[in-house]
Amino acid sequence: MDLTGRFTREDAIRWAPLMVLIALVILFTAINPQFLSLRNFARITVAAAPALMVAVGVTFIILMGSIDLSMEGVLSFTAVLFCYAFVKFGGTLAAGGWIALPLILLVGAVVGMINGLIHVKLRIPSFMASLAMGFVATGATVLLTGGGIVKIDDDVFRGLLTYRLLGFPLMVYVAGIFVLIAWFIQTRTTLGRNFYAVGGGEELAHASGLNVKRVRVAGFTLAGVFYAVAAILQVAKLGQAESVTGANFMFISITSVVVGGVALWGGVGGVWNALVGVLIVNVINNGMVVIGLPDYVQDGMLGLLVIIAVVLSTDRRAVTVVK
Amino acid sequence: MYQLAKVDKKFPGVHALKAVDFQIGRGEIVGLVGENGAGKSTLMKVIYGAYQPDGGQIIMDGKTVRFANPRAAMEQGIGMVFQEQSLIANLTVMENIFLGYEQQFVRFGVINWKAMATAASAQLAKVRLTIDPATVTSALSFAQRQLVELAKVLTLEERVQGNLVILLDEPTSVLAEDEVKLLFKLVRELTTRASFIFVSHRMDEVMELSDRIYVMKDGAVVDVVNRGEKTVEQIQHKMVGRNVDKEYYREHRQKPFDATKELVKLEGVSLPGRINDISLTLHAGEVLCLVGTEGSGREAILRTIYGMRTPLRGKVSLKGQEISRFSPRNAVERGVGYVPRERKVEGIVAGMTVYENMTLSQMGRHSSAGILRIAGERALARDWISKLSIKASSELADCGNLSGGNQQKVVLAKWRSGGSDIMLLDHPTRGLDIGAKEDVYDMIRDMSDAGVGIVLVADTLEEAIGLSHSIIVVKDGAIQKRFACEPGAKPSLFDLLHYMI
Repeated sequence: MDLTGRFTREDAIRWAPLMVLIALVILFTAINPQFLSLRNFARITVAAAPALMVAVGVTFIILMGSIDLSMEGVLSFTAVLFCYAFVKFGGTLAAGGWIALPLILLVGAVVGMINGLIHVKLRIPSFMASLAMGFVATGATVLLTGGGIVKIDDDVFRGLLTYRLLGFPLMVYVAGIFVLIAWFIQTRTTLGRNFYAVGGGEELAHASGLNVKRVRVAGFTLAGVFYAVAAILQVAKLGQAESVTGANFMFISITSVVVGGVALWGGVGGVWNALVGVLIVNVINNGMVVIGLPDYVQDGMLGLLVIIAVVLSTDRRAVTVVK
Repeated sequence: MYQLAKVDKKFPGVHALKAVDFQIGRGEIVGLVGENGAGKSTLMKVIYGAYQPDGGQIIMDGKTVRFANPRAAMEQGIGMVFQEQSLIANLTVMENIFLGYEQQFVRFGVINWKAMATAASAQLAKVRLTIDPATVTSALSFAQRQLVELAKVLTLEERVQGNLVILLDEPTSVLAEDEVKLLFKLVRELTTRASFIFVSHRMDEVMELSDRIYVMKDGAVVDVVNRGEKTVEQIQHKMVGRNVDKEYYREHRQKPFDATKELVKLEGVSLPGRINDISLTLHAGEVLCLVGTEGSGREAILRTIYGMRTPLRGKVSLKGQEISRFSPRNAVERGVGYVPRERKVEGIVAGMTVYENMTLSQMGRHSSAGILRIAGERALARDWISKLSIKASSELADCGNLSGGNQQKVVLAKWRSGGSDIMLLDHPTRGLDIGAKEDVYDMIRDMSDAGVGIVLVADTLEEAIGLSHSIIVVKDGAIQKRFACEPGAKPSLFDLLHYMI
C-alpha cells in the first residue's frame, strides 16, 4: 500500500502469485469439489515438500542473478549417499542412522561449495558450471549404485511420511521449518542482505567493499544444503534412492520460483515467492488428476498453465528486453 | 514550421505538461532549460513521438499531425540524439547508424556490407568523423559515440523530404571543453539543413548556442528568452523561482584545512597507460580537486586510492599506513568512501530500501554473528534522512524511486554514517538540479568542517574552483600543475585551461 492506504500497482504485483494460487484452487474445486479436502491437500503438500526445498535453495542463487542447474544431479547423489550412510550406520534412526542426517547436509554443502568455487574461481558462468556439476554428480551416483536401487527400511524414519499431525505428514512440517530458516536467512542475516545487494547491483556491492565472490560461493553452498534436505525428504517419501531420484526437479523448481515472482535477473522476490510458486505448480499438477484429465494431456496442460501463471504473476512491464 | 499548441500531458498524479506552446523555425537553434522534473523530458518525448499528448495540437508546416511512435516522427523528419550510451556497444558503427533501416542494403536477403560501409562513411563525413565504419562501437571514445549518434540521426536527410528537427539531449555531458566547441561548430554548420532543439544542464552552453531559449518550470513554459536578452542569473531565477545564492559554492564556509594531519599520500604512483608518477597528499578538512579532460587519469587516481586498481609502481598510504593489498574492502575498512559517477550502476541498489542501501558498506557494524540488528539500522537511517533532509516517505522507501538528488544524499549518508573520513567524489552533482546541487555543496562544507578529507572530480571547472582548497591539474595521466585556492585568491578558468589542454 502507498501512504494513503490505496492498493497500488506494486501491491498488485506483489500479491499476484497468491491470487493466482487462490484462483486455481477455486477453479479446480468448482470442477470437482473433492479437490478441496484435507486428504487432497495433504497429498499436494507431500508432493510439494521436496520440490519446495529445491526451489528455496535455487531462490538464493536466482536472487543473486545467477542460475543453478545442478539440482537434479546433486539431489540424486545426496539421496543415494544418504541411503548408503543410513544403512551403514545401523539401518535405523535409533541404531545410529541419524548420523546420516547431518552428514548428508554437510555433503550437500560441500558439493554446493565446489559448484560455487568452480563458478567464481574459474570464472565460468553459473549456468554452465552448475549444469556440468549436475552431470558430474549424476555420473558419480551411477558409479555408486551401479544402476541399482538402495532401500531404507526403518519405520521411524519413514514416519516422516506415515506419521500424521493434524492430517499432514511430518515431512510437511519439516519442510515448513526449513522455509522459516530460509526466511530468517533472507531477512535477518548479512548473507541474505548480500544476496539482494549482489543481485540488485553487483558492481555496487563490490564498490561498497563487499566480498562478492565469497557471497556467491556462500549462496551456492547454502543451495547445496537445501538440495540435501530435499534429498532426505524424497527418500522419506519413496523409501529408496537411485540415480534418477532427482529427475524432473529442475523444471519444477525453476518454474516454481519464476511463477512465484522471483525475477530471473536477480534482486527481486524471496522465499515466500518460492513457496507460493511451488504450491501453484503442484496444485496444477494435482488438480489435473483430480478433475480426471487423461495422462497424456497432463504434461502439455502443465506447460500451458505455467505460461499463463507466469503471465499473470510476474511484472514484465519493467523489463524492456527479454532474453 | 514545427509548432506545439497548448499541448497537455497528464500521468497518474502528475500534470507533466500544462498547455505548452512551443515553436521552432527553419534553421533555428532553440534551447530548452529547466530543473529536473520541470517537464523537459516529457516535452521532448512528445516532440519525438514517444508520448502522445492528451490535449493540444502538433502542427508541422501548417498541418496538424499525430505521431503514433518515434518511427512515425522520424519519417516526418524529427530525430532524437540521445544522451550518452544509447548506441549498441557490440555492433559496428555502421550497423548502429542504419539500425532498423538495413533493408536498403539487402540484396536477395543478404546485406551488402560494402554498400553499407560507403553509406555510413558518407554520414560520418557530415559530422567530420574519420573512423572506419566497421569499428566496433565499444572501441570509440564518448565524444566519438556522441558524434556517431548525431550521424545516425542525420540519415534522416536522405530519407525525408523537407525540413528536419533534431533534438539534442544533454549532448555535452560527457564531452570535454574542446569537444564541445567542435560539436557546436558542427551544429551551427548543420543549421542550413536542420533545426535543433538543445537541452542541457549547462546554462552557459545553452546561452552560447541557442537563438531562443524556452524556460520550463513545473510543466509549463515560464519564459521565452531571445539571444542576449537576459543573463544567466535571470534565467536561473526563472527556473527555480528564486534567487540562486550568490555564494553558490559556499566559499564563505571554506576554512583552512589541518595541514598536520595527512589522510592520503600517493608517492610516484603509476598505472601503465593510465597514470604516471602521481604524487599527492590529502589532509584532514581539505577539498582536493582533480581537474582534467575526460580520460586524463582523474578516475584512475580515485580508483587507485579506493583499491579498485593496483598500481605497478609507487606507494599509497592511508592515514600513514602503506597499503600492500589493494581491494575496496581494505580501503573501506580504513575509512575510505567512494561516490562513483554512475549513480545507477555503482551508487545505489534500486529495489533495496533506503536503510538497506545506507548500511550496505557497514553491515558488520550492524550485525552479530551474521544476524542483523534491523531496528538499529532503521534508526540510523531515520537519523540521516532528517539530518540531510532526504525526501523519502520513510527509511523503507525503495531507493530506486527517489530523485537523483536524494539518491546522491543516500550515497553520501551511506559513507558518512559509517564514519568514512576520506571521501572520493566523482562528479557528485552530475545530473542534479540547482537546488540539489546546493545541498551537495553544503554537505561538502559540512564534511570539511568535520575533518573529512575529500578528493573531488567536479562536474564543471567553476565548481572545482569554487569548492576546493587545492587543485591539481592532470593531463595524459601526469600532474601538470598545483594551485592553492584560498577564498579570494582562487585561480581563474583560464589559469586551469592553460594546463589542461
